[in-house]
Amino acid sequence: MAARISPDSVWVLGAHMTRFARYPDRDLIDLASESALGALADGEVTVADIDVLACGALFQASGAVGQRLQKQIGQTGVPVYNVANACATGATAIRTVMMAIRAGEAEIGLAVGAEQMGKMGLLGRGGAKKEKKVFEPSGRYGAVTGVDGYLGTETMPGVFAQAGTAYAHDHDGVGFEQFARVAYKNHLHSTLNPLAQYQKEFSMDEIMESPMMSYPNTLLMCCPTGDGAAALVLVSGERLASMPSHVRKRAVKVSASVLTSDPFTEDCQVQPDVNTLTRNAADQAYETAGVGPEDLDLVELHDCFATAELIHYDNLGLCEPGGAGEFIDSGGPFRDGATPVNVSGGLISKGHPIGATGVANVYEVTTHMRGEAGDRQVEGATVGLAHVIGLASACGVHILEKAAA
Amino acid sequence: MAPARIPLVDYLHLEPEPHLVAHECRHCGARFFDRRNACARCGKTEFAPADVDGAGDLRAFTIVHRAAPGIPVPFVSAIVRTDDGTWVRSNVVNCDPTPEAVTLGMRVRLATYPVGADDDGTEAVAFGYEPT
Repeated sequence: MAARISPDSVWVLGAHMTRFARYPDRDLIDLASESALGALADGEVTVADIDVLACGALFQASGAVGQRLQKQIGQTGVPVYNVANACATGATAIRTVMMAIRAGEAEIGLAVGAEQMGKMGLLGRGGAKKEKKVFEPSGRYGAVTGVDGYLGTETMPGVFAQAGTAYAHDHDGVGFEQFARVAYKNHLHSTLNPLAQYQKEFSMDEIMESPMMSYPNTLLMCCPTGDGAAALVLVSGERLASMPSHVRKRAVKVSASVLTSDPFTEDCQVQPDVNTLTRNAADQAYETAGVGPEDLDLVELHDCFATAELIHYDNLGLCEPGGAGEFIDSGGPFRDGATPVNVSGGLISKGHPIGATGVANVYEVTTHMRGEAGDRQVEGATVGLAHVIGLASACGVHILEKAAA
Repeated sequence: MAPARIPLVDYLHLEPEPHLVAHECRHCGARFFDRRNACARCGKTEFAPADVDGAGDLRAFTIVHRAAPGIPVPFVSAIVRTDDGTWVRSNVVNCDPTPEAVTLGMRVRLATYPVGADDDGTEAVAFGYEPT
């Protein structure tokens, strides 16, 4: 069996995530430690086996979180890469370890994503400074005061609402109800996931009548802020081949690992383009893995808001071009549908502690590949995709495969 | 005497009639509203000012009900594509902030409105787009 492992392949050896929740009595390093130690134990290795550590915690990006984690779980002296890439921070940590292994500088690496946000409320630029004494143009736009609220919105529910209505402008069959159905699905899915921050089903009426944040996104169509961590131990195929058969059996192949930024498009500097870089990442990932969207047994994608999930059906090729509205209406992304999307409950219900998210999505897909996802297991899943996107913008796509190792 | 006025952002020009002025790349024609170091499309560094058409279509919007403290809600945030193909982010003004009143693809035109004065009495003027 071992001979079938390509030496230059990379595999998930161990995986862990904390429940996403609010942990006022724990700190970021407690959460990161729990996941790091959990992933090491899951992969049956110790911190002494780790050649490289990549760590992402967006709101503490300058806080040497990786080294602080080492001071709790093992100061072995191996290099730490503290990474930050908006909501793609966790995926960037995974990519960093992948590159170290591919470059031959490491055999086993640890990627950790963690975040402690508490009840942070609305994220965005905010704060029109109306009380400024004397108007003086400043900054790159020569603004005399804050422009949020005067020249459009900078809040996250609003920015992603516009991404959704831009799609509705270009394609038929997309409206308030379709966006609401995305949230209905993810809340429903979350009831099977004990690691989700919220595990409660809501009716379509409850979702559509919950407080309006930024039309068409109501409160129940927005992800919460919260705390949590996730970690992966990655291993080279060469090293995996020498490991015991029960360890090899649970290893999951990383068939593609891609990170993109937003290329120039004519509207990209007035509204974040979350589409093109996702399409580019998906195209690269499918080509590298040698699979297509029709081969996917499950997808965890970046549903920071219901409007975002809907447009990514199209960006990832899960539906016919322009057919995202039809796809949700026909039940395609429900757990018993053609391509189950966010069976974890997604960011909307599972939660979105930013640094942890991109690692937790890969944890989720890995767990299904192993057949260990309990009540939410997608039966017989052998290929899955994890997608995250961070504004400004960065997109991470990973394709994982259950493979005989 | 009318109070002194100042545009909210430097790419809004109030005279002779309110209009937007973009930095247009001399090489590839890409348009930008911020101070530039180089062109994000082609990498060249020469720009010329370009007047932006005041009329356009509403290409995306959201009706903001929750915003940072001090920002009056609800308001309609919008992405407009002007008739010369320039993309602009602003608010829809002179329009009910309801899904019934705001429709994708609707025709709009540039409009200005005051957003408060400083201690010297200088009035800041913002721009939005109103339905036509």
